[in-house]
Amino acid sequence: MKRILNYLIARILLTIPMLFILLTLVFVVLRVMPGDPVSSMLGGHAPQAVIDAKREALGLNKPIFFQYLDYLGQLARLDLGESMNFKEKVSTPILQKLPATIELTLAGIIVALGIGIPLGVRSARLRRTWQDSVIRFFANITYCIPVYWMGLMFQMLFGVFLNLFPIAGRVGTRVDSSEFDRTGFYIIDTLLKGNFTAFGDVMYHLVLPAVTLGLTLSGVFIRMTRANMLDSLKSDFVLATRARGVAENRVVYTHALKNALIPVVTMLGLEFAALLAGAILTETTFSWPGMGRLLLERIYNRDYPVIQGIIIFYALFVSVVSLLVDIIYAVIDPRVKL
Amino acid sequence: MPATMTATGGSAGPPSGDGAVAGTGEVLLGVRNLSIHYPIAIGTVRAVTDLSLDVYRGEVLGVVGESGCGKSTLGLSILNLQKSPGRIVSGEILVNGHDILALGPEDIRAVRGPKIGMIFQNPLTSLDPLMSIKDHFIETMRAHDPKIRKGQIIARAEAMLEDLGIEKRRLSEYPFQLSGGMRQRIMIGLTLILDPELLLADEPTTALDVIVEAGFTELLAKLKRKYNLTVVLVSHNLGLVAEIADRIAVMYAGRIVELATALEIFQDPRHPYTRGLMDCVPNILLDRKELVAMPGSPPDLVNESPCCPFAPRCPKVFARCLAETPRLLADAAPAGAAPAAAASAPAASAAAPRAVACFLHERTN
Ligand SMILES: Nc1ncnc2c1ncn2[C@@H]1O[C@H](COP(=O)(O)OP(=O)(O)OP(=O)(O)O)[C@@H](O)[C@H]1O
Ligand code: SF4
Ligand SMILES: [Mg+2]
Repeated sequence: MKRILNYLIARILLTIPMLFILLTLVFVVLRVMPGDPVSSMLGGHAPQAVIDAKREALGLNKPIFFQYLDYLGQLARLDLGESMNFKEKVSTPILQKLPATIELTLAGIIVALGIGIPLGVRSARLRRTWQDSVIRFFANITYCIPVYWMGLMFQMLFGVFLNLFPIAGRVGTRVDSSEFDRTGFYIIDTLLKGNFTAFGDVMYHLVLPAVTLGLTLSGVFIRMTRANMLDSLKSDFVLATRARGVAENRVVYTHALKNALIPVVTMLGLEFAALLAGAILTETTFSWPGMGRLLLERIYNRDYPVIQGIIIFYALFVSVVSLLVDIIYAVIDPRVKL
Repeated sequence: MPATMTATGGSAGPPSGDGAVAGTGEVLLGVRNLSIHYPIAIGTVRAVTDLSLDVYRGEVLGVVGESGCGKSTLGLSILNLQKSPGRIVSGEILVNGHDILALGPEDIRAVRGPKIGMIFQNPLTSLDPLMSIKDHFIETMRAHDPKIRKGQIIARAEAMLEDLGIEKRRLSEYPFQLSGGMRQRIMIGLTLILDPELLLADEPTTALDVIVEAGFTELLAKLKRKYNLTVVLVSHNLGLVAEIADRIAVMYAGRIVELATALEIFQDPRHPYTRGLMDCVPNILLDRKELVAMPGSPPDLVNESPCCPFAPRCPKVFARCLAETPRLLADAAPAGAAPAAAASAPAASAAAPRAVACFLHERTN
């Protein structure tokens, strides 16, 4: 127990230098980028005096190095600062959008694994049959199609032509927003209040974005699962287990699959960042009010502090997931010690 | 009954002569005209060709032969387990007289384990790394008796480990925490806990060091007595086979070329290949001065030819060898003794006819 605690503390401390490096890069890139918050707020024709006054008020007239030191000082006090474009603390819009992003990405992972693992297993077991070929073709296609294009096609097909699913937003207009004042996670809030019609509507809105996001990643998981299943089906212990008369389903799912999933779990940790990148595009396609859309919006406005804040949240999200992956890893593999 | 059937009357006692494990003359396992092919890109590997063999209850049968002659393919087929893309193209595997190749997937499960147990070449990788030893035992016993209580399994597993000389605390450990020798013994334990009639061991010591290997022979002899086992021991370690086998089957190119008691094989090998094999073995007992390496290499099993498979390497080759394939026939059998009659002959007959597949030793025809 103590060792696990030490491990957790070490992992958390390790994220600090990572965040520091990432933030420094973002800080510099943002300031090198053409445009700044003031010109985007006041437009191109404001008098120079007004512009200067605004720059002074936002601290943008100081040398960039001092701006950087100020920002770090602020962060050390766990303060993300204030938006440059709106009268709000940086954390306000982020915390408001974070649940939407978490809901979408977790649903995306569930879809990616829910499609990737069973199809990968099937493909490995039916190796060199037409089903295997179809599944591998499917994996390549989903891997190649850009996520936003797939989103658009799904909107057209399932939203417009077939009129099966809503194509924008987290919930329909008939559900009152006061339903979601507890956690901001619509799925959790509606369940907490026992409002199952609203819950159904939330799930209904989640289908297309989650499937779009999950499908693009499923190809990787199909291929990983297939390759590792083929290996583990050939392994000595699978043969030995069969030779002891253990039922084939148990041999395949308990022994071969469990061993094949270890590299897949590792892959999940690595692919999570790609998933978040996909989520930013998916949020835009489906007008999903998450951090990704917020990020794009604030990049247009050159709202430096909010952009930096969002990056921090994304980085923390990735770290938390990779920590979870390591814990899962240690749980399934007795050879791994935290 | 095809003429290629093995013509042996029963198992003789072990060469050492302690006589404790004489066969009963009852055929436990009968392999009939078995052929196994691996279709591969460049053709078909004929790993086992028209092979017939009887294993008598209570005996230890050694199967020896060079690498690639089809020993493992034969061993696995006895459980109807082929490595992909292997396929049994013809033949029967009779266990207590019933052809197991005709069984469906659920019925064959009842053979794998409770009737025939198999231990493999590589103990290091033959246990699931993600599963504790205890769970291996639970899974194995539940596979054949879903209702058996966990406490009962643990008690039996603990007793088994004691027999194998492993502390019972090891039950809760994982394979990576055990040494190779221990894993080997766990594998044996997992096999014996189902109380099989026949134990198939495919190169059980190849992956182990010499000291563990020495212990293995003793352990096997002890377990054989305690569990009333019939053993088929596949190995290219002739020393190991000599120590515990009652009879030895010598394989070459997917066929049995000679089948006789261990003593006969070592003292008076008849088939030119067996002789070559004996010349390659350092043998302290026979005080051989020089070791001779056998020239040439095993034939490739893809291209079929009508000749004796050993002809290209045989020092005694003659015209007929290039035109026909010799069958495995009784060598010193009295004229006219039909193989079927020989099979029902009394046990432990000292005059058990040996069989050789070589035209030099063909008496009849
Ligand atoms: N999976 C496979 N695919 C194709 N050919 C195979 C396969 N397994 C074995 N073979 C071929 O079948 C023949 C017999 O192989 P097998 O493994 O039974 O030999 P063996 O006597 O057990 O050899 P060893 O002493 O090396 O274990 C060999 O020629 C081998 O190349
Ligand atoms: S049949 Fe001919 S080639 Fe074959 S082993 Fe006998 S003598 Fe040699
Ligand atoms: Mg082998």
